[in-house]
Amino acid sequence: MTISINAGGVDRRLLMDRSVTGRKAFTLPASDVPTQNLPDSSLLRDDVELPEVSQLEVIRYFSVLSQLNFSIDTNFYPLGSCTMKYNPKINDELSNLPGLANIHPLQPDVTVQGAIRLLKNLQDDLGEITGLSGVSLAPLAGAQGEYAGLLIARAYHDARSDSARTVAIVPDSAHGTNPASAAMAGLEVVTVRSDDQGNVDVENLRELANSNTAVFMLTIPSTLGLFEPNILEITKIVHDAGGLVYADGANLNALLGVVKLGDLGVDICHSNLHKTFSTPHGGGGPGSGPVMVTNELAKFLPKPVAVKTDVGYVLATPEMSVGSINGFHGSFSIAARAYAYIKALGQEGLRSVSENAIISANYIQAKLRDKYDLAADRYCMHETVLSAARQKKRGVAGLDIAKRLLDFGIHAPTMYFPMIVDEALMVEPTESESKETLDHFIAVMRQIDDEVDSAPELLHDAPHDLPVTRLDEATAARKPVLRWSAEV
Amino acid sequence: MYPDDLKYSKEHEWVRMSGDIAEIGVTVFAQESLGDVVFVDLPEVGTNVEQFAKFGEIESVKAVSDLFSPIGGKITEVNSAAADTPEVVNEDPYGSGWLIKVELNDTAQLDELMDAATYQATLE
Repeated sequence: MTISINAGGVDRRLLMDRSVTGRKAFTLPASDVPTQNLPDSSLLRDDVELPEVSQLEVIRYFSVLSQLNFSIDTNFYPLGSCTMKYNPKINDELSNLPGLANIHPLQPDVTVQGAIRLLKNLQDDLGEITGLSGVSLAPLAGAQGEYAGLLIARAYHDARSDSARTVAIVPDSAHGTNPASAAMAGLEVVTVRSDDQGNVDVENLRELANSNTAVFMLTIPSTLGLFEPNILEITKIVHDAGGLVYADGANLNALLGVVKLGDLGVDICHSNLHKTFSTPHGGGGPGSGPVMVTNELAKFLPKPVAVKTDVGYVLATPEMSVGSINGFHGSFSIAARAYAYIKALGQEGLRSVSENAIISANYIQAKLRDKYDLAADRYCMHETVLSAARQKKRGVAGLDIAKRLLDFGIHAPTMYFPMIVDEALMVEPTESESKETLDHFIAVMRQIDDEVDSAPELLHDAPHDLPVTRLDEATAARKPVLRWSAEV
Repeated sequence: MYPDDLKYSKEHEWVRMSGDIAEIGVTVFAQESLGDVVFVDLPEVGTNVEQFAKFGEIESVKAVSDLFSPIGGKITEVNSAAADTPEVVNEDPYGSGWLIKVELNDTAQLDELMDAATYQATLE
């Protein structure tokens, strides 16, 4: 990888490359404690390479670095399955109010009644949205929500002395976290096929569901962006076999105010607050993956659960709780953002979020279907999975198309996922984008399809205008360079 | 692309028989679909694998996929070169990019596999 220096008039040298021996960014105050000798002077090494730079150099370096960010705040970001939508900044401000930001999880409940009330109200709202009234906000991310949900399923079967149920059935289109969470929860994973419409193969599920079935994990809408039309039959098959139905709520952005998972026969689900409910997603920052269950399963929820009592709001442990799954109460500031977002939008507003997300995706699908193959030829929900199979035959891969989009200031869609779709390009425009932005994306995708024949080298070499151009991903993975070295 | 002396599975693995030893790898179709292979996780010599059961994982720049053994039996050898330099799977999938060798315990297993023409027809 070559990082160009001074490209566009901006100094892009790495911090280590700016180092000058003896230069420093700080002045330590005079010591006001007696000097102590080190027990072992060899602890101080002078062979450790650390940058020696001025304060201004540090500021310039990190300011430039921050401007290289390709983010939802700077660019259209249709990364399928990730719901990269606009998260209103006011919710950041609200969650930073001193009464919410400056409290401590070990404070006595009586001193943080407002905060616990917020958690209780958010639990109630998520219960209403999903139709599953038992809610714990403890899980810190989607995968932990899945894990908690599967522990609940196991605890439910164990409590009924039905412990031979050791199998989690997972569709072949599922996100990789589903089988991973099931394995973490001590369950054996069995895969159910998708049919040619992208739905769960109901007959295959019927063959697989039996007295060993602990839980069936279904992402709805599916990772193909499709609503599962056989959902009622599916939940019945699983229930008739004695299993529970777990819904991966990663795609809840398509269902708000439109359909309740509980009404479909789902027993357990999670929601990624950091995708659907106003927390920036994908920055590696804190997430939140509350788990929602039927009334019958509420006694197994992970602790704590906020409860209203005669003496006020308390953080309680459900009767047969699967226990703690992290240190404290979950991600409180993320819960605060979600609560503000839900209250600001209200029932009608939330429904219009999902309606607009669905319309945007279908608009893109309808405008591109003559140029790109569809994973499934039917209306989609909040995302459309295109296939670049036609372009691949003409010599250009999905990867090349994704990279070329960067030249037009558009973040690449999710690529090569789900794996059951050849040359998949998964596009999730979200409700936040204007028709003008969608039209721009459509025009660019159509132009790229023209370039497949007229100028294929433009695609093979893309991106052309970014600080780093086409990366050698294979070498980066096979021989990763993880530390700075003067020799490289 | 698909040598006639090999047998093929629908999971895109090939088998080359030599006495009762089955040499196993992935097909050209598999390595092209995967893209550049960056990591191969292989089992230990001496362990047993069942026919069509998972024996390892292959990771490319696109995705991680399971490897399924077209032949069941005792694993007699694994290709450490494929583990150390996974690019051989892309460069020479039927030669230096082989993955494991299995001692065939039942020749009837071979009847479950496809010849080159039949396999190629499944890719159309």
